[in-house]
Formats: sequence, C-alpha cells, structure tokens
Amino acid sequence: MSNDKEPLFSAKNLKLITTPLGKHNPITIQVLGVCSALAVTAKLEPAIVLAISVVFVMLFANLTISLLRDTIPSRIRIIVQLVVIASLVILVDEILEAFAYDVSRQLSVFVGLIITNCIIMGRLEAFALANKPWPSILDGVGNAAGYGVILIIVGFVRELFGSGTLSLPGVGTFQVVPEQFYSMGYENNGFMILPPMALIVVGIIIWIQRSKDKSLIESN
Amino acid sequence: MEHLINIFVKAIFIENMVFAYFLGMCSYLAVSKTVKTSFGLGMAVVFVLGITVPANYLLENFVLQEGALTWLFGAEFAEVDLSFLSFIMFIAVIASMVQLVEMIVEKFSPTLYSSLGIFLPLIAVNCAILGGSLFMQERAYANIGEATVFGLGSGVGWLLAIVGIAAIREKIRYSNVPAPLRGLGITFIVTGLMGIAFMSFMGIQL
Repeated sequence: MSNDKEPLFSAKNLKLITTPLGKHNPITIQVLGVCSALAVTAKLEPAIVLAISVVFVMLFANLTISLLRDTIPSRIRIIVQLVVIASLVILVDEILEAFAYDVSRQLSVFVGLIITNCIIMGRLEAFALANKPWPSILDGVGNAAGYGVILIIVGFVRELFGSGTLSLPGVGTFQVVPEQFYSMGYENNGFMILPPMALIVVGIIIWIQRSKDKSLIESN
Repeated sequence: MEHLINIFVKAIFIENMVFAYFLGMCSYLAVSKTVKTSFGLGMAVVFVLGITVPANYLLENFVLQEGALTWLFGAEFAEVDLSFLSFIMFIAVIASMVQLVEMIVEKFSPTLYSSLGIFLPLIAVNCAILGGSLFMQERAYANIGEATVFGLGSGVGWLLAIVGIAAIREKIRYSNVPAPLRGLGITFIVTGLMGIAFMSFMGIQL
C-alpha cells in the first residue's frame, strides 16, 4: 500500500469516516452495538456522554490493535482485544466518576458494557487487524460517530417528547416546550421515557433511512 | 427459599435482560431467524450466565472488594481496594468460560456447533453476560446462592425473549411487511411491542 504518500485526508480515507455515518451505519445497517445504544437514551445528556466515550475508546483501541497487529498471535487475539478495550474503558469510567459523577450514576453499568459493545470488537476484527494505524483511527472514529449519531437522535426525540426538555452535558437542562403549551392542554408523552419506545424509535429511523435508499432493503 | 424464587422470577420477567435493559441485542437480532438455532444460543447463554455470575461473585467478594484480601494476607490488606480492576477480571473469566463452552458444544453437538457458527465465540462479547456480572456487582447479592439464581434467571429471561422473537419472525415471513421495514426494522418494532407486553409485569411487588 502506498498509504504513506497519500495526503492524510485523501478521498479514500475520508470515505472511511463518512460511510459509517450513513450507508454502513453500525446500528441501523450492520446491527452492531445495539445493546447499550437503547438503554441510555431516555435523556440526551447521557446519550452524548456515552457517544463521546465510545469515540474515545474506539479511537485508541483501533490504534493500539493496529500497531500490535503483526505481533498478536491469531489464536489469542480475542483476549488481547478484550484486554485493550477493558483497560481503555476503565480509564473512561474513572474519568467519568471523577468529573461527571451524576452522569456516571445515570449510565450505571453501561459504561462497563462498552467493553462488550460489538461495534468495537467487530471493527477491531474486521479492520484494525489488517490495516495501518491511520486508516484504522479513521475507521474507528467513523464507526463510533455513526453509532453516536443514532444515539443522539434517539436521545433527542425521547427527551423532547417524553419530558419536554433537552439536557446538554456541562450546560444543564433546558425547558424546550413552552409553558403556554402545557396550559393549553399539551402533555408530555410519558411512554417515550420507558424502554420499549427506544426500540420503536430506532425501528422508525431504520424505516426512514431505507425508504430513502432502496438499495438497503432486505429481501425478507 | 422463597427469597430465591423471588429473585429468579424477578430476573426473568420484571428485569428481563432484553426488554428492560436491552442487553444482548446484537445476537438477539442476528440469530433469531429460526426457533431452533435461537433455542441453542439461548441455552448456551443460560449456561454461561449460570457459571460466570457465581464465579465473578466469588472473585468480587474474595479478591476485588475493599478489604476482601484480608482472609488471605491478614489485616494489613484491609485497605486494599482492587475494584477498579473488576471490568478486566470479569471479562477474562467470561472469555475463558466461553472458550470452555465452545469446546464442549463442539465435542458433543457438532450440528448445534455448526449452526451457531460465529455466534458462539461472540457470546464472550454478548452484553447480557457481562451485564449479568455487572448487575450482580451493583446490586450486591448477599450470598453465592442468590448470585447463581440471579444468573440463571437472567439467562432464562434472555432465552424466553429470543425464542419468542424467533417464533414471531418465522410467522412474519408470510405477512406483507412494508419493504423498507423488512428484516431489521420490523424486528425492532416487534421487540418494542413485546417490551410493552413485558412491562405489565412491572407492577408486581416481590
């Protein structure tokens, strides 16, 4: 590969970032990492925090595995990958507990579950083990961002319709639906906060995405 | 005894891994095309959860917790707190247990082994397994019996969910689903509806 001579953001490399945002989105197309995506999205703030954590873990995990790719014996690669991911997740967990304690309580076990987030393992297996560090970083950031986008959309919809507010990390919670609406008889849809609605919101996102791009439609 | 049954029922219905916490969704969505394979995977998950949760419980209480090492090295270790290592230790236990299950299944049921394909090693990264251990840690069960029952109950809940969705998906093949929703989309929505049904268990006080 003549990757060294290529500019850092050549068209090919940029594609690594942009395709996971849409056509190869980890959640809606590849069905990876759905587990944690749904449970933390009742409010926007934890969704954003988790998205950032996953970008961080994925960037460094892809980088590390890509640097080590020639030295890892393939029989024990799963353990090596898990150890790398777990160490990064411990870092994230300690940082969150130190600087954003409330959010870290809200995320509860889901920070730990980044370890078993299938996107990370999946991308390590499929990409970082066979590619150079720089494309691996881009691939990691792209996939984590594709994951984060869905997380943030779902969090946005659920918090807006479920509580009438939007919360941003470090800034606070804003009342978005004006008071007049409530006095006119508008009510929050409490159902949005409950777990099953996350699945239905993701289902609708898939529906919209696939009606726009017919090539993604499954045969059965 | 009654207490244990409560934990078991609670883990299956009220705190169902799939419908209340969305754990193990990846394999839940990918392997639920036929009832037979999903039952095999579900049994593997019950087995692995039933082993790893108590194993990690012992690890947590005799090695990792603050002051847990005193039984081994004496009082000067009372302030040693290794709980920050719990993620790595749990995942290592899980990965080795999965390897064990894989060997057993390969030896005794080659057909199941070939039909589970890639998903058997992926149990190691099935969030339901690690989630079981992390919930066990968070809820601080009083003894190993409770932890085992909780692990088995969560596994059975997961099995119930995946067999249920697989049965529905087998029937959905004969219905006229809107084209963009086919496959993944309708599975999500059906899971959501099943989740709503399972929410009716939430009012039960145990």
